[in-house]
Amino acid sequence: MSTTPLEINTPLDGATTSSRASGNPLSSTQITDYDHRQTVGKITVDNPKMTCRGVNVYYGAKQALKNVSLDIGANEVIAFIGPSGCGKSTFLRCLNRMNDTIPGCRVAGEIRLDQEDIYDRSLDVVQLRARVGMVFQKPNPFPKSIYENVAYGPRIHGMVQNKAELDALVIASLERAGLLKEVEKRLEEPGTGLSGGQQQRLCIARAIAVNPEVILMDEPCSALDPIATAKIEELIDELRENYTIVIVTHSMQQAARVSQRTAYFHLGDLIEIGETDQIFTNPRHKLTEDYITGRFG
Amino acid sequence: MNKPIAPAAPARDIKAIVNAGLAHRHAAERRFRLYGLVAISLGLAFVVLMFASIISKGYPAFWQTYIELPVAFDAAVIDPEGKRDPKVLENADYAALVRASLRSLFPQVEGRRDLRALYALASSSAPLQLRAAVLDNPTLIGSTQPVWVLASATVDTFVKGNIDRSLDETLRPIKDQDIAWVDKLRADDRLERRFNSILFNHGDSREPEQAGIRGALMGSFYTLLVTFLLSFPIGVATAVYLEEFAPKNRWTDLIEVNINNLAAVPSIVFGLLGLAVFINFFGLPRSAPLVGGLVLSLMTLPVIIIAGRAALTSVPPSIREAALGMGASKLQMVGHHVLPLAMPGMLTGSIIGMARALGESAPLLMIGMVAFIVDIPKGMFDPATVLPVQIYLWADLPERAFVERTSAAIMVLLAFMILMNGLAIILRKRFERRW
Ligand SMILES: Nc1ncnc2c1ncn2[C@@H]1O[C@H](COP(=O)(O)OP(=O)(O)O)[C@@H](O)[C@H]1O
Ligand SMILES: [Mg+2]
Repeated sequence: MSTTPLEINTPLDGATTSSRASGNPLSSTQITDYDHRQTVGKITVDNPKMTCRGVNVYYGAKQALKNVSLDIGANEVIAFIGPSGCGKSTFLRCLNRMNDTIPGCRVAGEIRLDQEDIYDRSLDVVQLRARVGMVFQKPNPFPKSIYENVAYGPRIHGMVQNKAELDALVIASLERAGLLKEVEKRLEEPGTGLSGGQQQRLCIARAIAVNPEVILMDEPCSALDPIATAKIEELIDELRENYTIVIVTHSMQQAARVSQRTAYFHLGDLIEIGETDQIFTNPRHKLTEDYITGRFG
Repeated sequence: MNKPIAPAAPARDIKAIVNAGLAHRHAAERRFRLYGLVAISLGLAFVVLMFASIISKGYPAFWQTYIELPVAFDAAVIDPEGKRDPKVLENADYAALVRASLRSLFPQVEGRRDLRALYALASSSAPLQLRAAVLDNPTLIGSTQPVWVLASATVDTFVKGNIDRSLDETLRPIKDQDIAWVDKLRADDRLERRFNSILFNHGDSREPEQAGIRGALMGSFYTLLVTFLLSFPIGVATAVYLEEFAPKNRWTDLIEVNINNLAAVPSIVFGLLGLAVFINFFGLPRSAPLVGGLVLSLMTLPVIIIAGRAALTSVPPSIREAALGMGASKLQMVGHHVLPLAMPGMLTGSIIGMARALGESAPLLMIGMVAFIVDIPKGMFDPATVLPVQIYLWADLPERAFVERTSAAIMVLLAFMILMNGLAIILRKRFERRW
């Protein structure tokens, strides 16, 4: 297909990963035109925060992700792009095990956070999700006050000793999310009464209040207007100092603006991964090129 | 590539075609609206008819005729030894005082038969009333006081105009002689209509003028209390478990189907079940609100579970995701977010279920809550009846005074129903949320 030389990445421990997948439930007749494609580009980084190897995800009998392997570097912003339904959200939700909540969804493969297998039986998802926060496509503040929204995480995890500490943490989180000035005077008002962009920043404040290591963002700006989008992008840039950020986006401009590395997904395959500049200026895979030049998507 | 797409039909034609069908469509719409209006008016007409009939029959029951008697509290009758011993005061012959006072009003009446008719003007509760007055205040003894006592049900019915005096004497329950006495009492200003507090303060009685719904009301209260205390927590817990925690498999499907079926089981079947299980097997007392509440819980549970699950599913998944994404455990997600948001819906469903339970009589007949019970129940183990069963019992009685009390009891029952449904509506409106 592609004429560029491939940097083939074999999973580091392919034997153990495939043993967890209890066989491919796909019958050979359901496979469309290919089995799965190999990833183009360098999947590894020098300083990985998360490492994913041979990740396969099935919704019932349907395979949504095929053997995806990549590293997520510490303090980097990595963008996932690709046409609708290619499995970006699915992969993102593997990273904090939100897929566990979907009946019929099965994840096989290996995902490590700081060398720790997050699908290990001994690991509690509660702890994982405190370390890997998530911001959703549609802003989803709790129907409670702004204060309560931000205070929720620290409260359930028992991260503060008293009200003063909690107050300070709420204020600091709102500040870091760039929302404090706008809501300072109305912390007791419902979070659902804010504008869409403010709600999304409230959700970010809520996520960073528990001081996670990684923040997952699933198309965080798709429901927002351009001005609100610009604010969030600015925020993402600032947050990179302290957090590792994985962002799914439909907008290639956004990916180019905020991310250092970009991964291109297509029909459940990770097609290409690399430095964002390289992906957008010099894609090595035909499918990537077609997508970023707007031939489909 | 950029070829213009040819329209399926020429533009002019489309306009003509649409116009041709337009009149027909509008007519269909008007017809449909008319059907709706007719249906609603018909329904409303029946509701109005029902209320008019019940209220017109029942409202006289809220008034009761009293007779003023000049009662001589004769020391020789009440307390011959003058020791004011409460035992003696309690057992004195107060009926004699009532009789004497009636005789003093109509001294010309003679003969056993006529005298007995005269004594029947006052309710048989009059002596009890005198006794209560004396026990309360023994200084009355020796004095003569005007006392308002209950008139008998026949007198009351006549005074309310429900007996036609032009009818032949043999065809009416009140004789010419009685009518003359009542007219005389009325002329002397010794008759009065007062608010019928007995209806609300007394238990059932064979004498209509002394019969009240307090017993049935308390019975209904204890029964519903048991029902609520059992069915609400169990129903909510079941709904939460099935909706949020249970795996979706063949077993939970089976349970779901059966819960839906239970909601449709005729209530009398639950009564039979209650009789067999709670009374015959567990040996719980018959006619007790406890058993009634247990049976009604069986009936109300499916309703609460179904309403609860509907309320839970109406909580948007984004809230659940938000909570789980924050690292909340499943129980925290449910406890902190989903359940509080679903609670108004659950309460609404429960209140409607409770209103249904309040109006239920058939299953309670099976467990003996249909007995004639005079005492007002003081707890959930005392024998009791409930409001709808009281209505059923009174509706069976021939006395005119019970007919109006039946309607009055129905009015009270309906008032409670409307209250409960109103509460459900207020709750729903108050806590309605938009996401
Ligand atoms: N809950 C689910 N159940 C079944 N199939 C799903 C579910 N969620 C996603 N899928 C399927 O998995 C594929 C990938 O979906 P998704 O990850 O949401 O794509 P993307 O976010 O890239 O648009 C799609 O084909 C979609 O239909
Ligand atoms: Mg998506």
